[in-house]
Amino acid sequence: MPNSVLWAVDLFGRVYTLSTAGQYWELCKDSQLEFKRVSATTQCCWGIACDNQVYVYVCASDVPIRRREEAYENQRWNPVGGFCEKLLLSDRWAWSDVSGLQHRPLDGVALPSPHWEWESDWYVDENFGGEPTEKGGWTYAIDFPATYTRDKKWNSCVRRRKWIRYRRYKSRDIWAKIPSKDDPKELPDPFNDLSVGGWEITEEPVGRLSVWAVSLQGKVWYREDVSHSNPEGSSWSLLDTPGEVVQISCGPHDLLWATLWEGQALVREGINRSNPKGSSWSVVEPPGSENGVMHVSVGVNVVWAVTKDQKVWFRRGVNSHNPCGTSWIEMVWGIGCEDRAVYFRQGVTPSELSGKTWKAIVVARECDRSHSGSSSSLLSAGCFFGDEVRGSGESAPSDTDASSEVERPGPGQPLPAEPLDDSKNPTGSSASGPGAGRTAEDTTEDACPAEGSRAAGPDTHPGPAPTPAELPWTNIDLKEPKKVPSHSAAGFPETTSLSSLGLLPLGLEEPYGVDDHPLWAWVSGGGCVVEACAMPRWFTVQAGLSPSVQTLSLSITPAQTAAWRKQIFQQLTERTKRELENFRHYEQAVEQSVWVKTGALQWWCDWKPHKWVDVRVALEQFTGHDGARDSILFIYYVVHEEKKYAHIFLNEVVALVPVLNETKHSFALYTPERTRQRWPVRLAAATEQDMNDWLALLSLSCCESRKVQGRPSPQAIWSITCKGDIFVSEPSPDLEAHEHPLPCDQMFWRQIGGHLRMVEANSQGVVWGIGYDHTAWVYTGGYGGGCFQGLASSTSNIYTQSDVKCVHIYENQRWNPVTGYTSRGLPTDRYMWSDASGLQECTKAGTKPPSLQWAWVSDWFVDFSVPGGTDQEGWQYASDFPASYHGSKTMKDFVRRRCWARKCKLVTSGPWLEVPPITLRDVSIIPESPDAERSGHSIALWAISDKGDVLCRLGVSALNPAGSSWLHVGTDQPFASISIGACYQVWAVARDGSAFYRGSVYPSQPAGNLWYRQGITPSYPQGSSWEHVSNNVCRVSVGPLDQVWVIANKVQGSHSLSRGTVCHRTGVQPHEPKGHGWDYGIGGGWDHISVRANATRAPRSSSQEQEPSAPPEAHGPVCC
Amino acid sequence: MTDDKDVLRDVWFGRIPTCFTLYQDEITEREAEPYYLLLPRVSYLTLVTDKVKKHFQKVMRQEDISEIWFEYEGTPLKWHYPIGLLFDLLASSSALPWNITVHFKSFPEKDLLHCPSKDAIEAHFMSCMKEADALKHKSQVINEMQKKDHKQLWMGLQNDRFDQFWAINRKLMEYPAEENGFRYIPFRIYQTTTERPFIQKLFRPVAADGQLHTLGDLLKEVCPSAIDPEDRVSLCRSGWSAVVRSRLTATSTSEFK
Repeated sequence: MPNSVLWAVDLFGRVYTLSTAGQYWELCKDSQLEFKRVSATTQCCWGIACDNQVYVYVCASDVPIRRREEAYENQRWNPVGGFCEKLLLSDRWAWSDVSGLQHRPLDGVALPSPHWEWESDWYVDENFGGEPTEKGGWTYAIDFPATYTRDKKWNSCVRRRKWIRYRRYKSRDIWAKIPSKDDPKELPDPFNDLSVGGWEITEEPVGRLSVWAVSLQGKVWYREDVSHSNPEGSSWSLLDTPGEVVQISCGPHDLLWATLWEGQALVREGINRSNPKGSSWSVVEPPGSENGVMHVSVGVNVVWAVTKDQKVWFRRGVNSHNPCGTSWIEMVWGIGCEDRAVYFRQGVTPSELSGKTWKAIVVARECDRSHSGSSSSLLSAGCFFGDEVRGSGESAPSDTDASSEVERPGPGQPLPAEPLDDSKNPTGSSASGPGAGRTAEDTTEDACPAEGSRAAGPDTHPGPAPTPAELPWTNIDLKEPKKVPSHSAAGFPETTSLSSLGLLPLGLEEPYGVDDHPLWAWVSGGGCVVEACAMPRWFTVQAGLSPSVQTLSLSITPAQTAAWRKQIFQQLTERTKRELENFRHYEQAVEQSVWVKTGALQWWCDWKPHKWVDVRVALEQFTGHDGARDSILFIYYVVHEEKKYAHIFLNEVVALVPVLNETKHSFALYTPERTRQRWPVRLAAATEQDMNDWLALLSLSCCESRKVQGRPSPQAIWSITCKGDIFVSEPSPDLEAHEHPLPCDQMFWRQIGGHLRMVEANSQGVVWGIGYDHTAWVYTGGYGGGCFQGLASSTSNIYTQSDVKCVHIYENQRWNPVTGYTSRGLPTDRYMWSDASGLQECTKAGTKPPSLQWAWVSDWFVDFSVPGGTDQEGWQYASDFPASYHGSKTMKDFVRRRCWARKCKLVTSGPWLEVPPITLRDVSIIPESPDAERSGHSIALWAISDKGDVLCRLGVSALNPAGSSWLHVGTDQPFASISIGACYQVWAVARDGSAFYRGSVYPSQPAGNLWYRQGITPSYPQGSSWEHVSNNVCRVSVGPLDQVWVIANKVQGSHSLSRGTVCHRTGVQPHEPKGHGWDYGIGGGWDHISVRANATRAPRSSSQEQEPSAPPEAHGPVCC
Repeated sequence: MTDDKDVLRDVWFGRIPTCFTLYQDEITEREAEPYYLLLPRVSYLTLVTDKVKKHFQKVMRQEDISEIWFEYEGTPLKWHYPIGLLFDLLASSSALPWNITVHFKSFPEKDLLHCPSKDAIEAHFMSCMKEADALKHKSQVINEMQKKDHKQLWMGLQNDRFDQFWAINRKLMEYPAEENGFRYIPFRIYQTTTERPFIQKLFRPVAADGQLHTLGDLLKEVCPSAIDPEDRVSLCRSGWSAVVRSRLTATSTSEFK
């Protein structure tokens, strides 16, 4: 689980953050300003400071925020001077934007705000559509609004070229002031409340946020164009409201609630992907007529509110279709509290959104000591923070957090009838683990908001004129802190919970003694992701635990090296030596015997009727004369009422592959023979536990008979199946021999725990993987995990790993003249809800996660990012069903479809540690030549982020495979794939298909050198020689010995064609780099292979010395 | 790198070279040769001495044979103690091999339990396992196991099959990730110096302040005298599990024996 942080403001306006992995509240890095209100998301935090200005704090990352400015230089040919800047009167500007309509001189392009800086000067883009242009980057056309080409022709009358300049957002890790909205002609109207959310509405553009603010005059403002690449947004726009708004709360998805001065709640309707601002307001009456709503807070599907009589309410029936909900439920019972601590709501589950209890979060503040002397008032306000617990594991998609805060007037003030005693303080009572109550069926993300209840009725106080330091929406004078209301809010993203606000007057100065604990004024959990399976320490542990217990260091330090462990082992060895050395000739009391494990499994019958049959199985283990262990697996079955058995020698088994699907816990067992036939033995167990037991036992027996144990060697070959399972094979020296190499089908593959989409290794033991959710993982040196527990697993270096992927189904419709598009098709049509091929029916309700390991974590949503584009509602049109789809309707279209996606999540364990925070699309590690000295030199590792940035990892070495930080390498366009060769040459493939080559790069100066073009070869410079197989090859990996391995589809076996087969190119020699044939290995669902670690040369092959002239690796871009 | 597994293996495969001699007063038809055997530390005497019994019965008349029992330097050996425990407790300072005297007569009813068959050993062993799991998991794990799993534990012990035993036993040694350890550490401390057969107390693996306890902490609490290096302590956790898993740290060699 990636770290995320909870933001909070204390009484003095200081902003603190608490990481889910941390133990202490940390003071915000930029602590110049004092804040009243913060609202956080994962990547940034918005806040209102005590000067009533809005600030945004963008968290630093290794990848800069860059934006490209473009301008076009246009020229027309004239007979006298050739191409020149003199244009016709009717022409566009000499310097323009891409459309030619805007005048855009280079020196007229200014930085949008002081928080940006130019990265470099203007330069000409030499690249046109993935190909190099003529010198100067000019492209030619007949006349201006026309198609431009690379080549100058006889009729090219005009030309243009593109100038590029990058600007970079520099104000990271500090509070950057957002320019004020105020028109100088009007009176200032400072902001009063602020809420950030909406990141679930659409992914387009990346990191889009909805920032809503409320001004003192009760107006609602929306910040336009806030996204990852434009963190500040562009301008404030005003929205009309039916009344004076005092407070606002925006959920991660499309919920937006606000409270009116009169006590009603306002709900924004019509918020959707194309209109994130929504269209209209509707009013929700408060639960009771005399006690209006004082504060609301929303999540994904939940709304909590606090009324003026300090009651907390939960709104029933709120969702995207009915943002107003149906009715109020009273939830909490006087959360009076005096400790002003942060609380979180426990037991919130998808089925029970309202949660069970409040739990206090007690975490020492990092610098508590230094603050303890300050006179803070024991002001008695309690701040409740309810947190959400994210359903991890199987089913629970979301969590909720709620936070609430309560504030009580200072002592000496008349107290409203609210309980002061601690017994009312419902802290941490429920012991039920938040993950426990999750139900699998739930579909929605829920979030439980947080709420605040307040102790003093604001309306009883005289409200002096607002002063800048006063509480926003209550208009209460700060000098009378007694009446400070508190609020809280929570919002949660699918993965996060956000909570929020309690607010205390900043300048509160009632010296009620010294308090050791910070008094919190406001919290925001928008950026805080908490999973049920991995609760942050501060949820469960009381303060005072030594911090040493908690942190996981990314650099891998095997716990086994602990001195006492070694000592025990040493003493045992000594004992054994002492007691056994002179007596080895004694007879053993217990003779090693045969051991048989029996059980009942199902077996997939190889013959008709091809179905699962019940069989008895027995695994017989015996010890040979040489002490080696071997095992035989017997399968007893009945055919035509005749008892028969089949047997498999486990020393012949080359792979055991779990094959989990919706219904069966099955696994496939391959021998060399079965590998050639592409037809494994398939067995299924009744329960997952049973299967794991058998799998672990069989795997252990196989490893034992082959004497394979412990962590894979640095030379190991890694591969991934299409299910994300990770397999590793120890290369034997003759695997790459020139004469009679070891056939691929003899290679023994064993499984390593974890779940990945791709893996890359080098011969120093550095192994990186990327999950389906693009999370980067580094191998920790352990083994086992997943279903391999106990003896089959290392005791340390195994961590929880999770992965998320989407399941896609299609909604199909046909047009008919009467009713237009309907879900009634022709009798011959495909299912109206189907998979991509249309052959399988896939309904929303009937579609299950890919296997029993996966659980839904979101509801179905329309996927707009399908190739070919979609219309506003996500539809793609075509003339008939098996046809090519396009994004807009034409006259000839009679059918349409749209893609629905739903996220599911798997939690497993394995020897992998996350490399936060940047998610990756591709990674490549330099292959070490076999002769490289094995010193601790740093290893070149390049990657492509999922946004297309090119990154270089610094500090990677055999001892610290995770490295230290990313270095961003600026590029002109987004990239898709990367590969680094043995001599530090980096090849990369851009998204538009062009290949780039980067001159020698060294770890010491990785940013050096310039791009130069190396011709346009989408996949492999020697592509021609690959033509005959390229249809079926989906992945290629070239190792340090020039060995070529691919994953191919449609490999012929005796029983069937198999997809995803590991193939080895045979006959690859220095003078014949193409090789001459394929050797087929394990297959049937392999997706990825990396042989880049295998530098184990065959003893006789000493002829390869010079570096290959061909690029050492091409990878990824070779697509089938 | 050392792994828990290596330690478990070394513990399991611990062997004591033993010399069995027939008691001088037993009546034999011809002279009884001593019998030499490597006894597994982690097992029971009556479970692994079929060969010894057979060897001596060959030289004896059928009518002189009744239930076999063993004695070391005048002390009858309790078969329901693990072999390693008996050796460490009584004989670890003497020279190897361990000399055990075999009796077929005058069963010391006061000192020993009868061991009519292997079923008795199995019953004793399983009750130890259950007791240990009651302490570790409130018996939840062992009760959820099937009969065949129980059988596999026993067969693993009987056949000296490490893998077979541990394939099941690992489940008994696991605890939920969110907890820091077992509920209580199952242990017994046997001492020669006291009248009590052994010390057994409830002991949590984690201290109130969240720190993990070590073996030293345990001894300090339940058996302070053991800290004195003069005393010989033999620690044997019921359930045959090695000390390592419990995250207790061995503080000195003598305790670890």
